[in-house]
Amino acid sequence: MVSRIVDKVWTGVFYVVAAFVVGLLVLFFAAILSKGWGFWQPDFLFGKPSNTQAGGGVGPQLINSLYMLVITLLISVPLGLGAGIYLAEYAKQGRMLNFIRLCIETMASLPSIVVGLFGLLAFVTLTGWGYTLIGGALAITILNLPGLTRICENAILDVPANIKEGSLALGATRWQTLVRVILPAALPQIMTGVILAAGRIFGEAAALIYTAGLTTPLLNFAADLSSPAHPLNIFRPAETLTVHIWKLNSEGIVPDAKIIAAKSAAILVIMVLLFNVAARFASVALQRYFAGNRRTTKKKMSDAA
Amino acid sequence: MWKKSVKFGIAALLITGVLAGCGKSDSTAEGNADNGEAKQESYSGTITLAGSTALQPLAEEAANEFMGKYPNVSITVQGGGSGTGVNQVAAGAVQIGNSDVPSAEKLEDKSKAGELIDHKVAGIAFAIVVNKDVNVDSLTLKQIQDIFSGKITNWKDVGGKDEKINVINRPASSGTRATFEKTVMKGVKINEAIGTVQDSNGAVEQAINSTPGSISYVAMSYLIGEKKDLKTLKIDGVEPTVENIKTEKYPFWSYEYMITKGEPKDAVRGFIEYVKSEEFAPKVKEMGYIPMSELE
Amino acid sequence: MKGKGQLNYWKSEYIGRALVTFCGLLIVITTLSIIVFICGKGIQSFTESGISLKEMLFSTEWKPSDSDPKYGAVIFIVGSTLVSIGAVLLSTPIALALAIFINFISPKFGSAVLKPVLELLVGIPSVVYGWLGVTILIPLLRESFGGVGFSLLAGIIVLSVMILPTITSIASDALSGVPFSYLEASYGLGSTRWQAISRVIVPAAKTGIFTGIVLGLARAFGEALAVQMVIGNAVKLPSGLYSPTATLTGILTMDMANTINGTAWNNALWTLAMILLFISFLFIFLIRMIGRKGER
Repeated sequence: MVSRIVDKVWTGVFYVVAAFVVGLLVLFFAAILSKGWGFWQPDFLFGKPSNTQAGGGVGPQLINSLYMLVITLLISVPLGLGAGIYLAEYAKQGRMLNFIRLCIETMASLPSIVVGLFGLLAFVTLTGWGYTLIGGALAITILNLPGLTRICENAILDVPANIKEGSLALGATRWQTLVRVILPAALPQIMTGVILAAGRIFGEAAALIYTAGLTTPLLNFAADLSSPAHPLNIFRPAETLTVHIWKLNSEGIVPDAKIIAAKSAAILVIMVLLFNVAARFASVALQRYFAGNRRTTKKKMSDAA
Repeated sequence: MWKKSVKFGIAALLITGVLAGCGKSDSTAEGNADNGEAKQESYSGTITLAGSTALQPLAEEAANEFMGKYPNVSITVQGGGSGTGVNQVAAGAVQIGNSDVPSAEKLEDKSKAGELIDHKVAGIAFAIVVNKDVNVDSLTLKQIQDIFSGKITNWKDVGGKDEKINVINRPASSGTRATFEKTVMKGVKINEAIGTVQDSNGAVEQAINSTPGSISYVAMSYLIGEKKDLKTLKIDGVEPTVENIKTEKYPFWSYEYMITKGEPKDAVRGFIEYVKSEEFAPKVKEMGYIPMSELE
Repeated sequence: MKGKGQLNYWKSEYIGRALVTFCGLLIVITTLSIIVFICGKGIQSFTESGISLKEMLFSTEWKPSDSDPKYGAVIFIVGSTLVSIGAVLLSTPIALALAIFINFISPKFGSAVLKPVLELLVGIPSVVYGWLGVTILIPLLRESFGGVGFSLLAGIIVLSVMILPTITSIASDALSGVPFSYLEASYGLGSTRWQAISRVIVPAAKTGIFTGIVLGLARAFGEALAVQMVIGNAVKLPSGLYSPTATLTGILTMDMANTINGTAWNNALWTLAMILLFISFLFIFLIRMIGRKGER
């Protein structure tokens, strides 16, 4: 009888813990949104930042964050996909594969500040670029590549073997099978992973302080593409929204630094929310589109590291 | 289809990169096009500044005004800290390095320091600040030294109420702290074991505002405008004003430096002159710095 | 027709294979170059600045700006270790409870609400966590315990929230990997749900849970900005939970930008980065050990 009561008590404890964590998130969002209320005003979202007066915006920082995200994805998704395909389809068991896995684990556990410092040595000093958007994008690529590789590898391994065998039996080459059959089937899972990774790219700061810099030139679309003022020039310093919050909290001398920081934080969490919702929708929509392929898919235990 | 668009993306990226790369080498050459001196009105080229976060807002403001005057000049101001500023200018990565301290004080290898030229561009005053609940208005240098070295730990010992003193320092590498040690502590060691360390003016402000009995130091440029939450203390009964600094009554201030490798030329020289000029002085004052014209 | 097909076969097969192999190798190259770069800079303290390895690893004196500089890293290593272990101790029970809840108590609520909640928690940027810490947690701590609020405890609390999703998701995977027959067998023997979970399922998933804990530890160790904003950064060993201290990552963020390339101080900071790198190797080694033990 006692054991029944103990069981009930523990079930209660689990519910309390679950509710506590949900409550914590709600509290965070409430705190951030209430302090940063009014973040949607166009003056703020697209306005120029001011060094001296209150009422500046975060337009350039927002552009930088988005552009940084796009560039990083353009670099890291093909690489992660390639590495994932290699690990899932081509790598042979043995020392080499073991070593690659060790490298992925190492990369995955690197503190982001160490990656930032590496970026400072490699992409800022060694290349002579100085603080640039591309340097920042490469640094975040290093941070995200292990995760993306794992997502792609798992997605490919999750594709049922019978699909692959069928394609090969019909005379398709391995590569054809991969591109025409396996990848489309693995796409929903890959997309979900990529979108979630995008949220993390958007939120990275420590690695960017040392690589993409703390400033934004006044952006001007009319400028020459080679000029640091052109928004699409990847060889210009680019302070992102996260770095902006950090800087405002530390050295912001504008009178409304705190409000700007709070509003920027609100924009960031809203973006994170959007990315998560998008990931969910993308996975549902794509899965419906490719339905049939995945009936037999057994949920794989993603490997621990 | 998807793969294709990725390929296209990479191609576009490469093209952008190549274009930008080419453009860069072009624009650096431009700076040499005119021979400065005579034609004041025709500066052109690209200037990059990096370094001190204390000087950054002023440099950014000056850059904006200067670019407004000379549309052919493109100036980028980066932060990074005084160390970064000296590093980058010594490496030739930027034309101007911003620093809170003279380059010789930061560099260990004195032979390198010889190549660098320091330009004083403005003065910056600092203030001892305390939480609003502290009912002391002035401290002597000796009292400040005793507080930061840990000899005095309660406000009642310096004429305040019975309340613990919470010391807040800046990190050892900070320019503000270097000035504080030189002009206020005067050789008395700051006790690391008491109090906390905050990374920046902003973090100090936040900590002072919210911590009863706290004391620290921040740049005056940070105290202008609507930031009236902090209470500023007098040192030996003297307020931190430009007048008192000029008459050497108030000790806690320093110069801000723009550092160049070799004598500056053309647009770089023009820009440094502009920052120091009478023309820009009102803005300097408005932002809480001290114009050079008032210090010389 | 056949010839062309053959050609295409070779082309697509080998080009594709070469491309993906390159991607795999790139990971190896990148990892190795990070190690080479960081270590190359890190050992300069010993080779060029003449700091002894013994002093670095065993001395608690960190006084880089003194006339007789001292570079002992013990304070930071201990600070980082304490804050990460504290965070794991606080986070693990909650994470484990969540993992059990998701798998056994209410999978429906778990996947509909808890999983998205955890994903959002992962997504919140670390600067925002730091900002929340400074604006909500620090005042709360000060009101409850007095003093300044910036403390080891604040660092532990902020970190424990940040690593919660990491530990939960891996523990949850481990629990779902336990064969269903275990649970059925346990029920069949008349045990309650709690008995089955606590005596059968959790022990069976031990390996995976430990892996999650070590990964959480690794993430806590490497986190920089959020911890630095709340821990107080006093360069001293903590005297208790509610005392400020400093971490490896914190001192790096504060001082790296303000020191100059090639100085002993700057080199010592790079050595701290190298120590951080080695500690992350240690974690990987631990995870592999746990994995190997689990296989047996």
